[in-house]
Amino acid sequence: MPRGGGARVAASGWGWRHAGRRAPAVRDVSFTIEPGERVLLLGASGSGKSTLLAGLAGLLGGADEGDETGTLLIDGERPEAQRGRIGLVLQDPDSQVVLSRVGDDVAFGCENLGIDRHEIWRRVDDALDSVGLDLPLTRSTAALSGGQKQRLALAGVLAMRPGLLLLDEPTANLDPEGVAEVRDAVAHIASDSTLIIVEHRTDVWASLMTRVIVLDAAGGLLADGPPATVFASRAVELAASGVWVPGMPLPLEPGSAPVGEVVLSTEGLAIGRAVSSVVLRDLDLEFRAASSTVITGPNGVGKSTLALTLAGLLPERAGRVRASERFAGRGGTRPAGWRSRELLTRIGTVFQDPEHQFITSTVRDELAVGPRAVKMTVAAVDARVDELLVRLDLAALAGANPFTLSGGQKRRLSVATVLATNPAVMVLDEPTFGQDRVSWIALVGLLADQVRRGTSVVSVTHDPEVVRILGTRRMELRTQPDTAAAA
Amino acid sequence: MSAVVAERRDLDAESPRAWLDGVNPVTRLLAAVVLSVPLFASIDAVSASVAVLLELALLPFTGVALAVLARRALPLVAFAPIAGLSMLLYAEPGGTVHARFWLATISDESIRLAVAVALRVIALGIPTILLFSRVDPTRLADALAQVAHLPSRFVLGVLAGTRLLGLFIDDWRSLSMARRARGVADTGAIRRFASMAFVLLVFAVRRGSKLAVAMEARAFGSGLPRTWARPSTLSWRDGVLVVVAVAIMAAAIGAAVATGAFRFVGS
Repeated sequence: MPRGGGARVAASGWGWRHAGRRAPAVRDVSFTIEPGERVLLLGASGSGKSTLLAGLAGLLGGADEGDETGTLLIDGERPEAQRGRIGLVLQDPDSQVVLSRVGDDVAFGCENLGIDRHEIWRRVDDALDSVGLDLPLTRSTAALSGGQKQRLALAGVLAMRPGLLLLDEPTANLDPEGVAEVRDAVAHIASDSTLIIVEHRTDVWASLMTRVIVLDAAGGLLADGPPATVFASRAVELAASGVWVPGMPLPLEPGSAPVGEVVLSTEGLAIGRAVSSVVLRDLDLEFRAASSTVITGPNGVGKSTLALTLAGLLPERAGRVRASERFAGRGGTRPAGWRSRELLTRIGTVFQDPEHQFITSTVRDELAVGPRAVKMTVAAVDARVDELLVRLDLAALAGANPFTLSGGQKRRLSVATVLATNPAVMVLDEPTFGQDRVSWIALVGLLADQVRRGTSVVSVTHDPEVVRILGTRRMELRTQPDTAAAA
Repeated sequence: MSAVVAERRDLDAESPRAWLDGVNPVTRLLAAVVLSVPLFASIDAVSASVAVLLELALLPFTGVALAVLARRALPLVAFAPIAGLSMLLYAEPGGTVHARFWLATISDESIRLAVAVALRVIALGIPTILLFSRVDPTRLADALAQVAHLPSRFVLGVLAGTRLLGLFIDDWRSLSMARRARGVADTGAIRRFASMAFVLLVFAVRRGSKLAVAMEARAFGSGLPRTWARPSTLSWRDGVLVVVAVAIMAAAIGAAVATGAFRFVGS
């Protein structure tokens, strides 16, 4: 049964190979974490951070799920035997909410541990308090923001009084406000539990941590020590493997001022997912060729809705979106009235979740969809696909299924599918979500390059570095009245 | 963010407590059975009418607002005549024949049956609306596990899973927009629908397994004896509801027998 105090974690030559995979996800990892330590766990994409975390949480399953080597012990026992002593918060806010009310959701873990009813509700109050969620217990969990949902998940775990707290990229899907909320909540957790956190955003977390452990993709550890020492001595190496080393400058510079003609504009535009749910109105905006525009604003203000409306995927709720005469399709200058095929050479959209837009079973076919739809010749399609495979560093994956790619590769592929038909306007929704440093640089560099080639690039983003480098024009959306202010 | 989520009503704004709110959801299930099964025994207008009238008379105790009842009963009211119509045209003729065309015959007997069937549809629907309009899914799950002693793993799994339905609707919208953006939405609607359905299935499995991991990480299915933060208990009110339900049915069937309208199904 639960004991007090922080847990001691000992890995010794530990490794894990998922069933059906040739190479192990984690290999030959050894470390000892003392009770109360706060560890930032880093590593390049594919170095097995999430697998290690799942192993620590006792969620990898038995021998039929994969092969284990070495040992991984929490307080001298296997993690599976320590349910309730180990708490885990995952990346996706939406898939962690279990019940429909705040209080019930926090109580869920305690119920499963068989804790007495009165004690449960006392713990629920304490836990909500310590993550700073000042909400009625009956509040609907569906009505919470991303940051609130993540703090709710944290509270649900804290109520179980774990000795070891594991956080798997808890802020990867949040806006800057949500990131700050979750960081503050973690900072206020009483220091008697051991904490291990996997995060790309080292600048946010490094100051809270007592130790940094970096996994090497080739097996073992790349670095292990206090944050300041690790980041100072291994900065270049870490940056090359995708870690966001705090204070390390990016090898990219902001582009020049807009130059081209207006290719897309809006007049008195009102947007909404449905006729009955208009979120913003009276938008008069302009987008020019060879220019880059970033759109920012808090969660829920309607950024994605604006992107989808500009891209001709959602109809205007009032006013209209107008493409310049030069791009007029058979249905005129209104993108929402164009045929699906007409969009390809005019406005390309990169969705927030790349998986939503994959429709074939190999990377090569995926890239060929657009060129085929606009009736390019077989030879021209092949040439275009080959060029993109090389330009986006996807050549080695040409035969792979898009759904099996890593996060960074999926993102690059989704951008490449749009580039394939060379649209005049590219609309991107959160293009840099969850990208490590290496794929971030590749992606933003590619977009900057596309601007120089004459494309009008419109990005919805929370990422301040994207704003700095791609924000030659910046729009900040605010909730009505008086919504858009373009600077 | 998700439009579906934004449309969802906040649970804070609960209306004042009604008498029926003190009755356990499991008892309501039992009452619903009591209020429907006997109606299958007879097809006549009297028993159904008496049952509906008595149930509506108890409306104030249920806490269901008249507007809510009207809105939820609308599909019933729309469907009942359709059910009646087939009886009107194709029931075995009897008594005076009023009209005849092709296979259809309208007779005294078929008119009587049509009215009875239409009323029956309403009589089966009304108690369900009155009993379950204000039941919260979480409380229902609590009751099924604690009072009816269904396996808690099953009940809580289903409860948590239903929450994902809203996410699937969002996924579906994104999938359709993405296909338009990819230039493949002009033709082949049926094939596109099939491929989207397949992708949605993949998403559903993946979301489901993520939720399962989140639940397991919170010691769900750990094998420890589970406690319940929200007790689900029975009280005198539960007994009263069952007695009232039996009384309504006795009155309804009794009235049908007394007026000679009772007609055992199949006779």
